[in-house]
Amino acid sequence: MEDQVLSVKKLNVFYKNRDGKFIKKQTRKQVLFDISFDLKEGEVLGIAGESGCGKSTLVKTIVGINKDYDGEIIQKYPDPQMVFQDPYGSLNPAKTVGWLLKEPLRVDKNRKWTEEEMNERAKTILDSVELPENMMERYPSQLSGGQRQRVCIAVALMRNPKILICDEPVSALDVTIQAQIMNLLRNLHDKLNISIIFISHDLRVVYQISDNVMIMKNGRIQEYGETKELYRHPKAEYTKQLLKAAGIRGSI
Amino acid sequence: MKKFFDNIFRYKSNKKINGYMVAGSIITGLIILMVIVGLFYMPYDPTKMDSSCKLQGISLKHIMGTDNMGRDVFSRVMYGSRVTLLIAIGTVTMGVVIGSIIGAFTGYYGGMLDEVLMRIIDALFAFPSILLALVFVSLFGTGTYQVIISLGIAFVPSFARIVRSEVLRCRNMDYIESARLQGVPDLRIIFVHIIPNTKDTMIPSILIGFNNAVLAEAGLSYLGIGSQPPYASLGKMLSDAQSYMFTTPSYVLSIGMTIVLMILGFAFLGEGLGKDKRG
Repeated sequence: MEDQVLSVKKLNVFYKNRDGKFIKKQTRKQVLFDISFDLKEGEVLGIAGESGCGKSTLVKTIVGINKDYDGEIIQKYPDPQMVFQDPYGSLNPAKTVGWLLKEPLRVDKNRKWTEEEMNERAKTILDSVELPENMMERYPSQLSGGQRQRVCIAVALMRNPKILICDEPVSALDVTIQAQIMNLLRNLHDKLNISIIFISHDLRVVYQISDNVMIMKNGRIQEYGETKELYRHPKAEYTKQLLKAAGIRGSI
Repeated sequence: MKKFFDNIFRYKSNKKINGYMVAGSIITGLIILMVIVGLFYMPYDPTKMDSSCKLQGISLKHIMGTDNMGRDVFSRVMYGSRVTLLIAIGTVTMGVVIGSIIGAFTGYYGGMLDEVLMRIIDALFAFPSILLALVFVSLFGTGTYQVIISLGIAFVPSFARIVRSEVLRCRNMDYIESARLQGVPDLRIIFVHIIPNTKDTMIPSILIGFNNAVLAEAGLSYLGIGSQPPYASLGKMLSDAQSYMFTTPSYVLSIGMTIVLMILGFAFLGEGLGKDKRG
């Protein structure tokens, strides 16, 4: 139990709904049912499932954006960071890349960073996501989708988090760039020893990176297990369907 | 240097000359130059009366003629532009600052605060701003600073509306969510992360607001409220001049044209910036 960085126990998540045409009634709709899993140090957990099955809701609850839940979320380290799906919406268009990189350090409650330290750190991180230093002065609108996603990863890594949550980080990119970003994530994982929760609806992408996979449907876990085992011998009917639809059954 | 000018005076999309920007900059530049020069040098004392040359037409000695008390109109226009510009800047600044704060908070937090403040803003919106300013002037009294405050309050609703809608647009973007995850405090998110993103919409509307302020001030002064003689704003001078419209047309025309140019300049700037954004 020592090496767990995150453990989720019997998590139920609710959304508020406002129904009624003229008089609004507030109803509470349950969207996640009984989710339990553990994330070990250095583990990559893939979460796959169809659109609307609750993948994003799950991670948003973990990072604290959704507050209406019951169950337990135990985190060994504070503030997990997140990389979002849409690289065009997740960088503030009014700021330069350098400014965006330094922002997590400026608001760091644990220590005060001097301007030099911040620059130094930003350069190191830019280097580790394989971007040149002169990116610092550019605005997000001057970058390509792949470069933006690299910057997003860099921003997330600035404060050296132990958990990195990637919410469909490659589904907005084309295939070659996808491969580059996946490689980058794998390298970063090896180098920095971070735990990654990786969400995707693309089972092939999930297979490339994950140690364990969780298959979700309608807010419930359908199957959860070690990646290779799960892909070779899927137990749940839904997993079989997914693998068949993705055309990878038997080829792995 | 050339790049700097190209950035301002050419469209970003097709690199053609942005005529609105050029015309707006020249006209506004001239007006501002006149005001700045007026701070240090004026051909005549704008308040000095000279009964020997009343209501003269345009001449080399008085390039805009003289008024009914023999004062040099050009010097008075220089002074009046300063007052008018001061009132316009003060009004717009006040409107933008208060409007931005109200708009940012209501847009970001929503809920009850939003409902209450927005209904008040709606109520203010129901009156024409000049009428609203009249009400406030009757509360605060007349004078340059009172006019700035009155017009400023009257200008708050429109800016609050604009900022609110922009904040609403940005609030749910991923980059704000990610800032929240990094632990950026709410106030910093609003004023450092969101407000800079409203500038594309705000700059043209500030320039248009400038116009409205110049016009509203002229309107108020014309009605006799506003800055008091002998230091008059352009609107006040225009209302004085209208009695001599037929005997000395140069008097009323030169003042009127200055107001027209001032507004035209800002309107062109606003149009140019808006066009550039639209491409």
